[in-house]
Amino acid sequence: MRILFFGIAKDIVGKATVEFQNEIQFPIQVGALKAELIKKFPALGELSSLAIALNSHYATDDMSVSAQDEIALIPPVSGG
Amino acid sequence: MDINIKIVSEIDTTIGYHYLAHEESGGHSIFIGSVRNSTQNETVHELFFEAYESMALLEMEKIAKEASQKWNLQKVIMHHAVGTKKVKEPIVLVGASSAHREACFEACRFLIDTLKERVPIWKKEFFENKKVWVTPHP
Repeated sequence: MRILFFGIAKDIVGKATVEFQNEIQFPIQVGALKAELIKKFPALGELSSLAIALNSHYATDDMSVSAQDEIALIPPVSGG
Repeated sequence: MDINIKIVSEIDTTIGYHYLAHEESGGHSIFIGSVRNSTQNETVHELFFEAYESMALLEMEKIAKEASQKWNLQKVIMHHAVGTKKVKEPIVLVGASSAHREACFEACRFLIDTLKERVPIWKKEFFENKKVWVTPHP
């Protein structure tokens, strides 16, 4: 599955999209996916907030993610 | 209620009234955000904005609909720029029209405050010798 990264999260990971093949087993809950990503990229855990978007909507930690979903990591937003 | 939501490379500041005008509206409130030349006493040269566009559009639409549930509005406009913006250039335009001014004033403030809290857009500040993504400190 492909995960999209934006803003400071993109700088931390080093690219805008990362393919995860075997490292993560799907389906997985949003909270567990976030924990996996923080384990892989510890600097993500130092951000003041980190949300996950599931198919372009903010997701809660108990939602389930399948390999077909579009996932994006949302670091603290700063528009406007 | 009609809504007009866009992510654009250039904000057209002249279209606010043109879009918001409605025969039932007597008030129109528009907020325009622009690039300021300093942040915490440091000189800012330019800003760069990046958006998760599909989600930003959906989130702005949700905010516009929430505003229309809180206040009786005829129209809502929300435009945000992406890319590099120099000092004094506009970066965001939001506005609402309503029968009387109270509703559009309050709705306009809600639109920009909520956009800043929720819409997935990120700002990078370019200073003399460094560039940083703006992130609120815990």
